[in-house]
Amino acid sequence: MSLIYIALVGLLFGSGILISGMADPNKVLNFFDLFGTWDPSLMFVMGGGLVVNLIGYQLMFRQRSKPLMADTFPKSLPTKIDARLVGGSALFGIGWGIAGFCPGAAIPALGTGALPPLVFVIAVGLGMLVFRLTLQPRNQKQAPASA
Amino acid sequence: MATEFTPLASLIGGGMIGLSATLLMLGVGRIAGATGIMSGILFPTSGGEFRWRLVLVVGMIAAAPLLALIFNIRPNVLPPFGLPQIILGGLIVGLGVSLSSGCTSGHGICGLARLSVRSLVAVVSFMATGFVTVFIIRHVLGV
Repeated sequence: MSLIYIALVGLLFGSGILISGMADPNKVLNFFDLFGTWDPSLMFVMGGGLVVNLIGYQLMFRQRSKPLMADTFPKSLPTKIDARLVGGSALFGIGWGIAGFCPGAAIPALGTGALPPLVFVIAVGLGMLVFRLTLQPRNQKQAPASA
Repeated sequence: MATEFTPLASLIGGGMIGLSATLLMLGVGRIAGATGIMSGILFPTSGGEFRWRLVLVVGMIAAAPLLALIFNIRPNVLPPFGLPQIILGGLIVGLGVSLSSGCTSGHGICGLARLSVRSLVAVVSFMATGFVTVFIIRHVLGV
């Protein structure tokens, strides 16, 4: 695998997060504040990101059988819809609404050297550790393949 | 506190996020989900899977200093409240995304682009509680 390629992809992802306003907790929380100081900007972030990647993924999966520098695309899509998925996502939304950061936004924000994103990332890591020590099924001790 | 509506910057930034997700899949067949990337670094299962995630994160972190130096772009990343609220939110996020195996990037940008119903359920769930949580904090508790 080309590590330089991956680093440049990370740079593009991080730049997109910072330019979009996704790493600004004020904008995130205002997006969620429909009945107050609503800022619809984040709709454009998620809409833009989804449309570009939707086109990219769908063209790619139709035209290619494998990636440029790896053997296979991810195998079958996980489809299980259960209480863990719904409840875990619900918890994530609550935490996002409290802190104003999500993981993909806080990681690029680390590069500013500011303390709050670092504290957030450490807290997320602790939350992940708590999950591994308490709620994770024994046969699934690995990073999620789905996301 | 009100923030400026930035449709163009947000659309461009969002497009860059989407493009990076497409390029990660095209290049190395991996999903650009921050949950999997973070947990794969904190709790690695194999050297190869650890390495690409770490390199991706290094690129993500390098974006802020490069944007500042080259384009003088310095977006705000400071919340309007203190660290205890950040810690509380972060702990809940860490637990939640582990249970649901994904967050905004994994389920939102990548899962939906794979036409995953599972990811659609996740996105509806976390967006709904995001709106409700901010409503309660700002308009019920009045914080």
